Amino acid sequence: MNVMLRKALAGMLIGVLASTPALAAPAKGISDNVVKIGVLTDMSGVYSAIGGKGTLTAVEMAVADFGGTVLGKPIQVVSADHQNKADIASTKAREWFDTGKVDMVTGLLNSACALAVQKIGADKKRITMNTGAGSTDLTNKDCTPYGIHYAYDNYALANVAGSAIVSHGGKSWYFITADYAFGHSLEKNTSNFVQKLGGKVVGSVRHPLSTADFSSYLLQAQSSGAKVIGLANAGGDFTNAVKQAREFGIVQKGQTIAGMLVFDTDVKSLGLNTAQGMQFASGFYWDRDKASRDWSKRFYAKHKAMPTMDQAGAYSATMNYLKAIKAAGTDDPDAVMAKLRSMNISDFFAVNGKIRADGRMVHDMYLMEVKKPSESKGEWDILKIIKTVPGDQAFMPLSESVCSQVKK
Amino acid sequence: MDVTFQTVMSQLMLGLNNGAFYAVLSLGLAVIFGLLNIINFAHGALYMLGAFVALLGYTELGPLLGMPEFHLNYWAALIVAPLVVGGIGIILERTMLRRLYRVDHLYGLLLTFGVALIFQGIFTNYFNVSGTPYDGKPELLNGVVNLGFMMFPTYRLWSIVVSLTICFGTWFMIERTRLGSYLRAGTENPHLVQAFGINVPLMVTLTYGYGVGLAAFAGVVAAPIYSVSPVMGAEMIITVFAVVVIGGMGSIMGAIVTGLALGMVEGLTKVIYPPASSTVIFFMMVLVLLVKPAGLFGKEQ
Repeated sequence: MNVMLRKALAGMLIGVLASTPALAAPAKGISDNVVKIGVLTDMSGVYSAIGGKGTLTAVEMAVADFGGTVLGKPIQVVSADHQNKADIASTKAREWFDTGKVDMVTGLLNSACALAVQKIGADKKRITMNTGAGSTDLTNKDCTPYGIHYAYDNYALANVAGSAIVSHGGKSWYFITADYAFGHSLEKNTSNFVQKLGGKVVGSVRHPLSTADFSSYLLQAQSSGAKVIGLANAGGDFTNAVKQAREFGIVQKGQTIAGMLVFDTDVKSLGLNTAQGMQFASGFYWDRDKASRDWSKRFYAKHKAMPTMDQAGAYSATMNYLKAIKAAGTDDPDAVMAKLRSMNISDFFAVNGKIRADGRMVHDMYLMEVKKPSESKGEWDILKIIKTVPGDQAFMPLSESVCSQVKK
Repeated sequence: MDVTFQTVMSQLMLGLNNGAFYAVLSLGLAVIFGLLNIINFAHGALYMLGAFVALLGYTELGPLLGMPEFHLNYWAALIVAPLVVGGIGIILERTMLRRLYRVDHLYGLLLTFGVALIFQGIFTNYFNVSGTPYDGKPELLNGVVNLGFMMFPTYRLWSIVVSLTICFGTWFMIERTRLGSYLRAGTENPHLVQAFGINVPLMVTLTYGYGVGLAAFAGVVAAPIYSVSPVMGAEMIITVFAVVVIGGMGSIMGAIVTGLALGMVEGLTKVIYPPASSTVIFFMMVLVLLVKPAGLFGKEQ
């Protein structure tokens, strides 16, 4: 071996040795030289109008608005359809975290999928920012140091809407509930509020996710004699149930239909004639103020529909995640989580927002009412805000949370 | 909940209503399988397409023709939608399915499944997945009828009657008329039938068109009950296939009777033990296949 070659080899060896410590402890900077955001949601099924491609569009808008890079590294967005199946969601999340360099997952509409992915995120030390699912378990018994529940939860929905309905005389309830984690949690939360306010729950029936015909369940609800029929389901299930309740004359005979989780797209699908007067809780409405209107119009130009709470939430979550990376100077999950918790979240989506120790993003919630056809001035002029409920009154108090991250 | 005579009767009525849809859809599948040997997985998508023809005919056709006042009304849609979708079916058969008759069933299944996904994907892109309401329900069919044990929506009663009429009409045509006997003979021995001067390929094409026309017809009847959604067919097709398998692949009467019966079984399950309502049909399928592998009305081959 000649001297030149030996010297060159030695030089390379030294170079490798010298750079090793830096590789072993990337305390600062961006891991893998890219910040990758995964949008995992229902792209084709019963919830895809609520989340679906709209959520992906919102996240892409956030990345573009942020400038496409953070700390000099590119930001990439990937997406997948979890088909409302927890096992598919888990497999995809594992693949993203293990080999796909994904740093944060958002969307996660469907509680069964959300609970599974949040747990995997915690095992792999990756952040999950849930904008779609409702189960309160996400910030209670299944809470994690890396899981953020962003847009709304079942407790707040039940608190804001359930209380309003009970105080207007809806004292006896019968539930038609989607038979999985989300529906169970929503029914339980709403029942608690109904009972706390002196009402009673006379019964409930559970239906499989994505049911076309609700007439059997509706007849059971009708014969229960309850004043209020609470629909603890969402999306296509909710709209089918409401339509068919009308067909069987349930509302005309004096029973109230209460949707516990209603999105703008559902109201649009029902039409104002059918949905008018219905009250429900939401964390976002596009026509709330100038900021929300401006953003929503930009979204509309791309998506041809106004944003739902899930879609607007995904934009806000992504934006604040990127801001936190910039402020922390790294995409290290612990540092970013610490930044996110210390930030005030105030934008077109959230008013007075704050991420708590249990992962709950607390912000103002709204009691909404569907407009009468005569009040509506445009295609998407469908709701009005009746009451604004400050975040600390709308969401479960930290003292009631059973999350292990909360120090008591 | 108390299971009284009244609740049982009303659930049976609702079950009959769903069963009528199962019957029309599985009838179409049975006709296609019986005469063409194709497992038509596109059936659900074509059912969805039928509903969309009714919906778009009602809302979009007028403005498109420059006559904003014009609506394709419900009665017209009942005829137009099966014709349009039947036409699409005929194109499918002529250009694609025709090439697959001589190979394994699996190829036809894969092709039609792909076609179904394409239709579903296109419509998902343009329409609300949670469904768009169909407002063209005629005045005549609004309101409810008092059946003694329950108030039943007039429209649902109509949907049961019209579906059953179509089902038994089709059965009669295939099993009891000369045209039907040509069809059946054509599938048993196409060469011999052709030798008698009957155009078998044309007959096969028209049969496929008729089968998918039935799906579109069911779609129009379903439109005012369910929201018109790109995934409405995908939700239905699996159940309908179970119905066909239970009834016996290719048996016309089997498809009709099994469709109605399973609708009612499903309806009763929704009162007795609701969580099982989505699986009861598949449970029945397992039981039937264990005892009669060719299905209730099927012939062993």
